[in-house]
Amino acid sequence: MDLLGFGDLLLSGTWVTVKLALTSLVFGLILGLLGATAKLSRFWPARALATLYTTLIRGIPELLLVLTIYFGGSMILMAIAEQFGYTDYIEISAFAAGVAALSIAFGAYSTEVFRGAIQAIPKGQWESAQALGMTPLKTFFRIILPQVWRLALPGLGNLFQVLLKDTALVSVVGLNDLMRQAYVATGSTNQPFTFYMAAALIYLGLTVLSTGMTAWLERRANPADRRAAA
Amino acid sequence: MSWDWSVIVEYFPRLVDGIWVTLELVFLSGLLGLLLAVPLALMRASHNPWLRALPFGYIFFFRGTPLLVQIFLIYYGASQFEAVRESVLWPVLREPYWCAIIAFTLNTAAYSAELIRGAIHAIPKGELEAADAFGMSKAMKVRRIVLPRAFGIVLPAYGNELILMLKSSSLASTITLLDITGAARTIIARTYTPLEIFLAAGVLYLIITAVMIGCFRLLEMRLNRHQHYKMPAELTAVDPRLKD
Repeated sequence: MDLLGFGDLLLSGTWVTVKLALTSLVFGLILGLLGATAKLSRFWPARALATLYTTLIRGIPELLLVLTIYFGGSMILMAIAEQFGYTDYIEISAFAAGVAALSIAFGAYSTEVFRGAIQAIPKGQWESAQALGMTPLKTFFRIILPQVWRLALPGLGNLFQVLLKDTALVSVVGLNDLMRQAYVATGSTNQPFTFYMAAALIYLGLTVLSTGMTAWLERRANPADRRAAA
Repeated sequence: MSWDWSVIVEYFPRLVDGIWVTLELVFLSGLLGLLLAVPLALMRASHNPWLRALPFGYIFFFRGTPLLVQIFLIYYGASQFEAVRESVLWPVLREPYWCAIIAFTLNTAAYSAELIRGAIHAIPKGELEAADAFGMSKAMKVRRIVLPRAFGIVLPAYGNELILMLKSSSLASTITLLDITGAARTIIARTYTPLEIFLAAGVLYLIITAVMIGCFRLLEMRLNRHQHYKMPAELTAVDPRLKD
């Protein structure tokens, strides 16, 4: 891939995009699991907080979230640091702001996916675990969570596709991702269509790759279905 | 950190102006997108493999790439070609507003077409067979049975799609349009109060989302009213079997 000598630049941007997507995925999954646990908790303030989180985040554009965290985040951090006597200027990198915004968004949507998956597990399994003398925490980690993975996988796969495409938004605050590098290449060659089309095709390749990965994971997680299909 | 409420009050009218741009973008491209999505979905559900291939490629491209790339491809990309710059379309393609409308329309059409295709498949087979038994022609069957049923089925999912569109419309601010996000960004460039103004913008988006959800609930009740129909008491008194 040469593209008038800008192929390497686009590839380096692709790598940043992939890193951003995977890092946000990890934090987003943690947020989602926490959110789902809070939503199913018997403690009502936890439920209320989780509902507030998912309703707010799902109603606000991801771009607005990226901009707020990038421009407002350093203000909040400085205000907190000031309480501890640190008065220097703090700046948030575009990558960190991107990870924060994208994982918060991913967490809000995956909360619902995880909640659905946890609720889909028959209540009898909780009861039999209790009958065996397991604590609720132990039941969750040993019985429920391993099955949640299988049930949540299709939903999470879709969300990851959305996340992958949303990484392009972080280019707006100056992260050197694929989108940004296409923009840079456009600036010095004056061939916007060529470079944005190249970027689009790379994104398309990434989404195809992630669809394939999800299908593979789904097959691995469902030995019973696999046998039925064979 | 100081929190300044007065800046929200002072610049609120500017944000409200942005609401109209946002709503125009969502509804104009939502409507055009739906008009484009129906033939795409019908082609996608066809039995002819050649007819199916075209919408498949289109949907694959627009669902697999970020909307931001699509917007830039149209807004910046079109100018690369001499033929486009000299064509009659140039006055349209030069305007960021129309470029945003075109990009959103093409994007939402791809997503909606998939939703409608799913709804067409979800129509009970017996209803289509009943239409055949009545001797309806293909076109009449589509007009009277397939589309009205598909719209009722697709409505909840389409409501979600429109809300996603509302959120995506904030991308118009990257090509200089002054929608809610665009207005917020220009205000912040002047006042440097990102937290206050973005909060106000976020609240506006939340209110629009809530109103849209409410409207779709009402529309859903109307279009799917056969599912909520209750027999009048006089009739069930005559024949109790009519109750279900």
